Amino acid sequence: MWLIHSSIGRKVIMSVTGIFLILFLTFHSIMNVTVLFSAQVYNDICEILGANWYAILGTGALALGFVLHILYALYLTLLNLKARGKDRYAVTQRQEGVAWASKNMFVLGLIIFGFLVLHLFNFWAKMQLVELTHGHGWVEAGLPNPQEGAFFINELFSNPVYSIIYIVWLAALWFHLTHGVWSSLQSIGVNNKTWLPRVKCVANVYSTIIIILFMAIPVYFLLGFRVL
Amino acid sequence: MEKVLNLTLKVWRQNGPKVKGAFETYKLDGISPDCSFLEMMDILNEKLISEHKEPVAFDHDCREGICGMCSMYINGHPHGPDGEITTCQLHMRNFKDGATITIEPWRSAAFPVIKDLMVDRGAFDKIIQAGGYVSVNTGGVPDGNAIPIPKPAADEAMDAASCIGCGACVAACKNGSAMLFLSAKVSQLALLPQGRVEAAHRAKAMLAKMDELGFGNCTNTGACEAECPKNVSISHIARLNREFISAKFKD
Repeated sequence: MWLIHSSIGRKVIMSVTGIFLILFLTFHSIMNVTVLFSAQVYNDICEILGANWYAILGTGALALGFVLHILYALYLTLLNLKARGKDRYAVTQRQEGVAWASKNMFVLGLIIFGFLVLHLFNFWAKMQLVELTHGHGWVEAGLPNPQEGAFFINELFSNPVYSIIYIVWLAALWFHLTHGVWSSLQSIGVNNKTWLPRVKCVANVYSTIIIILFMAIPVYFLLGFRVL
Repeated sequence: MEKVLNLTLKVWRQNGPKVKGAFETYKLDGISPDCSFLEMMDILNEKLISEHKEPVAFDHDCREGICGMCSMYINGHPHGPDGEITTCQLHMRNFKDGATITIEPWRSAAFPVIKDLMVDRGAFDKIIQAGGYVSVNTGGVPDGNAIPIPKPAADEAMDAASCIGCGACVAACKNGSAMLFLSAKVSQLALLPQGRVEAAHRAKAMLAKMDELGFGNCTNTGACEAECPKNVSISHIARLNREFISAKFKD
């Protein structure tokens, strides 16, 4: 199977799952930012998605995308460490034009994954998971309706510590994306000499827009505003 | 009096592929800034021989930047701190008086050290043997103008063909990947009508050989392009990816 046994095949998997995750982030960031304009609209989106069959299907595909991306990242990193050989260079220097993020994608990925677990615990476990388990004990315990996303956002980010943690997480994600977006296109061969600088520029703009949309919420809270 | 450089050299010494190597420090005084880096190494070796010590083994051949033999990792850069040149084209005027210069061999699992600063780059030859050629039936020489080639394609193929196979890309890559070398060798033929015929087979065979020989996976850091003495572009890697993926989809 060339997607496992050839180096380009492995990169194709990283690229395709990466593009899939970038598309997910795009939708996620656009949906999030609605909460700043209207808590009601945001709650409506939460309700539309909820634990309906299409949302569950989407979550499943997303989880698969993440798992593949992470497993291949581990595999590629191990192979690449091995290819580097046993002796390391005593002196290493940064090359001009080589982005820091491009050499630290695995470390950035680890940081992103760590915070992702926290994020799932903060939101997913209180929303879709509760719906999936039919909210046993949740409503009795006086907890809010799992579809009221705006309430959970308000609750979490009212704590400035969480706002700052999320901003740090998003900064790591920004670095990961600045390399990931253009690199995913390069890996599937959608690039040439003329387009190389253009693709890099578009990738930077695109990842910056996504991260600004995400960051708007914790920054909004840090500035003292509330959505409810 | 003419300005001279007094240097401290930290040179990697290793007796063989299986033996553990270590850095040796040498003092070298009175080096002219006009001296080339390899001439400086020659002076060091003359000094070592006169002291009845083993001279430092290093690769070199044409000393004019076209053969690709010289291979030293100097102060954290393959072929030294200056851009777009090979080690033999590096001059001592790039270093300051009293500087410490660290000289290491290419370090990559696919390039085992033979001795000191010499590495075995036979893996590159094996990759070329796997498909880096055009099968030509002998016969009359075709007219030069019989096959028209667009100027941009000819230029791009020529740029790819400037690769001298020195291995600096592998040495610079944190993943020890030979993708820049491979993509240059695939592109220089795939862009021309004569080489186009076997392009799909070539991409598959050469990549399979590269993976087999223990080179790493490309993560698009671009370090290879930054260190390449011939400035070969990573856009060739995109072309190789394209060739390989479309060949696999056709299978």
